[in-house]
Amino acid sequence: MRMLTHNMLSSNIKGVANGFPLRIEAEKVVEKKVEMNADFLRNIFPKIEWKALVDASKTMGYTDLPEAAADSSMLNSDEFLQSFHHALLELHLEEGALICPETGRRFPVTKGIPNMLLHEDEILEIVYALPTYSEAFL
Amino acid sequence: MDDDLEVHFRQHVSIPPLEVIEGRQSSIKQGFKKIPSKTAQIRLVSSHPEVYEPCDDSFALVDALLADQANLSEHQPKICMEVGCGSGYVITSLALILGQEANGIHYFATDINPHAVSVTRETLRTHGVHAEVISTDIASGLEKRLSGLVDVMVVNPPYVPTPEDEVGIAGITSAWAGGENGRRVIDKILPIADNLLSDRGWLYMVTLTVNNPSEICVKMQEKGYTARIVVQRSTEEESLQVIKFWRDSDAVLEVKKASMTRSISKKVMESVLAQFPRLPFWGVGNNVTS
Repeated sequence: MRMLTHNMLSSNIKGVANGFPLRIEAEKVVEKKVEMNADFLRNIFPKIEWKALVDASKTMGYTDLPEAAADSSMLNSDEFLQSFHHALLELHLEEGALICPETGRRFPVTKGIPNMLLHEDEILEIVYALPTYSEAFL
Repeated sequence: MDDDLEVHFRQHVSIPPLEVIEGRQSSIKQGFKKIPSKTAQIRLVSSHPEVYEPCDDSFALVDALLADQANLSEHQPKICMEVGCGSGYVITSLALILGQEANGIHYFATDINPHAVSVTRETLRTHGVHAEVISTDIASGLEKRLSGLVDVMVVNPPYVPTPEDEVGIAGITSAWAGGENGRRVIDKILPIADNLLSDRGWLYMVTLTVNNPSEICVKMQEKGYTARIVVQRSTEEESLQVIKFWRDSDAVLEVKKASMTRSISKKVMESVLAQFPRLPFWGVGNNVTS
């Protein structure tokens, strides 16, 4: 699981107000080099929660990503792009877990795949409010 | 072979001269020369008894992507996603067709069946492509953060009409059980797709005639989408379509007008429904529309 995916995942347990970001418990981290595409990085950058990415990368063992909330002018720096690329796409969480920040619920990550499947009692059922008899006939 | 045995062998077994064998070998080798495969190869697709193997509907979906290849490339999607990846056949094919990280394209695949997720990972690996695979119900967990970011979504949903209590059963049943008219899971997926798709997002979805695809198109139109049948396959029993949905500013305009006048314009309605014949049973035979 790449840090891009981690940045896109939030706790889906019912009632949780802010389930992002999930805390990472890293048991096995693998680095897999992949070709950089600057366009993709510039495109995705505004959607990334920067602090979550920095914290996640550190947990994964990579500390070179600049802490300060990067501004878009940094996207012209090749050094920055390389670092962003590495953190976002080349660090893989193979084994470990993602922890809901609110409930502490563990979502296991096995062979690089996070398991976000919920148990029955954790799923939010959306109930559509129906007008009461009196409201309907006012 | 040691010398004595070889002499004995050549005396008693008729073998063509060595150079001819070599020549044949080299031409055989050339025949096996690797041509980059545009789609996933069945022999490299992993399997498991509880996971849906690629079938006509999977092939139809991939054929639709191949048919729309030029448009897809030109469209330059950044993030693509498959909901219900099963064996991984479709997401792998999509990644082979469009390219990967070098092209700035990233893939996500989800499935509610834990075995499917493992099989997909393996299929991706044997083809040398990567997608981020997540074990989840449709896109649960991704819906908030990935909202409006998916440029291409592909779905081969559980579309078979079944009793309601078969929907959501663990294992391979989840690959086909679609409840009444086979619509239960489709109707769950559509608003999620609408949320995840970007402004330029395209959705390719497999449906059967029994799913009432024209009704699906009308529902999507109310959300501002236009639809087109990309592939259509018919057998004696059923007819299958791969429908492409995309946000259309004209359709959005119609929706705005309609909400003011409380009617969908007849012209827009007709153009969408014209793609679906009124008769429940279609002709036999395969045809690809583009």
